[in-house]
Amino acid sequence: MTETILSVRNLQVEFASRRGTLRAIDGVSFDIAKGEVLGVVGESGAGKSVTGLAVIGLIDPPGRIAGGEIHLAGSRIDNLPPEEMRRIRGKRIGMIFQDPLTSLNPLYRVGDQIIETIRTHLNLSETAARRRAIDLLAEVGIPAPEKRIDGYPHEFSGGMRQRVVIALAICAEPELIIADEPTTALDVSVQAQIISLIKRLGRDHGTAVMLVTHDMGVIAETSDRVAVMYAGRVAEIGPVQDVVRNPLHPYAKGLMGAIPTLAGDDKRLQQIPGSMPRLSAIPRGCSFNPRCAFAFDRCRVERPEPLPRGAQSVACHLYDSVPAESAA
Amino acid sequence: MLAFTLRRAVQAIGVMFAVGIIAFSMFRFAGDPVNQIVSIDTSAAEREIVRKSLGLDDPVPVQFARYFADAAQFKFGVSYQFRQPVSTLLMERMPATLELAICATVFAMVFGILMGVYSALRRDTMLTKLFQAVSLIGISLPTFLIGILLIYLFAVTLGWLPSFGRGEVVKLGWWSTGLLTLSGLKALIMPSITLGLFQMTLIMRLVRAEMLEVLRTDYIRFARARGLTTRAIHFGHALKNTLIPVITVAGLQFGSVIAFSIITETVFQWPGMGLLFVQAVQNVDIPIMAAYLLMVSLIFVTINLVVDILYTVVDPRLRATVGRAI
Repeated sequence: MTETILSVRNLQVEFASRRGTLRAIDGVSFDIAKGEVLGVVGESGAGKSVTGLAVIGLIDPPGRIAGGEIHLAGSRIDNLPPEEMRRIRGKRIGMIFQDPLTSLNPLYRVGDQIIETIRTHLNLSETAARRRAIDLLAEVGIPAPEKRIDGYPHEFSGGMRQRVVIALAICAEPELIIADEPTTALDVSVQAQIISLIKRLGRDHGTAVMLVTHDMGVIAETSDRVAVMYAGRVAEIGPVQDVVRNPLHPYAKGLMGAIPTLAGDDKRLQQIPGSMPRLSAIPRGCSFNPRCAFAFDRCRVERPEPLPRGAQSVACHLYDSVPAESAA
Repeated sequence: MLAFTLRRAVQAIGVMFAVGIIAFSMFRFAGDPVNQIVSIDTSAAEREIVRKSLGLDDPVPVQFARYFADAAQFKFGVSYQFRQPVSTLLMERMPATLELAICATVFAMVFGILMGVYSALRRDTMLTKLFQAVSLIGISLPTFLIGILLIYLFAVTLGWLPSFGRGEVVKLGWWSTGLLTLSGLKALIMPSITLGLFQMTLIMRLVRAEMLEVLRTDYIRFARARGLTTRAIHFGHALKNTLIPVITVAGLQFGSVIAFSIITETVFQWPGMGLLFVQAVQNVDIPIMAAYLLMVSLIFVTINLVVDILYTVVDPRLRATVGRAI
């Protein structure tokens, strides 16, 4: 078994609001090994991004981590004092946000932003940091980096800016990269380039990647394992081929059924009836039960816990007490 | 960049031309200038001689052209009440007004930015609440009342500061400065606070609102995700972005500081252009009023030009668009 970089155990994130406390993340657990890419999918509001922010320690009030533990390479990081957590951010965990157009400070040259980040985390001189910044820009595929380093963000295209953002995220050789919808704001041809770049960087540097997206295509192409999230919980997690070809959880089945194929069969795409519950109105028992075609009495009362099913793990009562062989 | 500056300069000349028309027409609207120069028992023949000597019998466009040509060389005619060239009077008084305006603006900028940044970063402290109370006073109390209250407290009751005038001044060429003597500096304190208080509260509120806005942006969140220190994020990344609108407002406000100094100068009997203007209004001294109007507009227009150029220095995005637009 390879070394585990990130281990999240029973994470809970709450937001205080006027109508009481809303639980955005409720008991999420997963691991990411060295060099592994974990895809996190789910609808908007399922808690994907909040999970990423919780790992890097950027949940702002009124939100807070209400329970659970986050371990980075064996040591616990969710209860560190702010200053120590700051040293981890950017150095041991890099983050890439959704919109490259707004992620860079418009008033500073991209080079200055990279050099600033490098010098915050590594003990390098200005010239050494600049040389490293040029190397980084070259590594993420920016042509003529020694010239572009003195450009301002507005002089870069969206895809190029996302490359700069990636260079910023990896500039201190982090062990973990959290990519929060890194391709959503880009057009399709650029998406593929960015995805292969993230994949290559993960492989070359042995970096663990947590890839948050709602695009199953991106997940299938990039990830080693995938976690399907629903209403703040992990519905199903497992190797990407298994989950895509043979989803277990009824919600995961619904998601996979909603992906159009190129095979050209003119069957209508399946649709999951209803919509995800609001955080203030999460149903009792399994949060998916009102939309589930297979729901039975137990689903409305008791919350399902994750059950191992081969390499996969699924939180669904359908698989409890049923022998593993006949489950599929 | 040069083309941009030139284009703005041409626009500025256009504005000054329009103001010149208004200043010129003041002479016509305020009655016959000859009546204001001569005494009641002057004969009609003598009036005609005066009219001719002043060129008031020429067609209006000719008079305007002459007025504008003179004004462009800072010749504004002779004051009715002082019997001295207006430009000499203005030049004598300008250092006092400019020193006051600059001190007030520096006071407003320094305290406004400090208080604004503090109240944005520490939202719920007692000090922030105090700042907001002060800013409410600054925004709502009229300038003359603040001036009178300050005089009552610090000059009359405590006797710490002089209640009027500029104190001792030192001549540096034609410029008279109060910045080099103790009494001159002491005399500057209260007028500067009075004049700058409104701008200070304005800047403080602007900085606070902008800072809160900027702290919510993606690039600040990304800066935090990169593990930059709080100090680098707040004072490097956030403050620089906050200062763009502050430059505009502070720049434009510098013009109104000069314009509003009329009230402060009257309250503190400050021997500047504003006081001269008030005296001119009381005596219907049109040449001074028209010249003052032109001077203030010139200052406004110049400041606008400088602010536009400063913008491009701070914000690289404008440099690019400006280059492309031409």
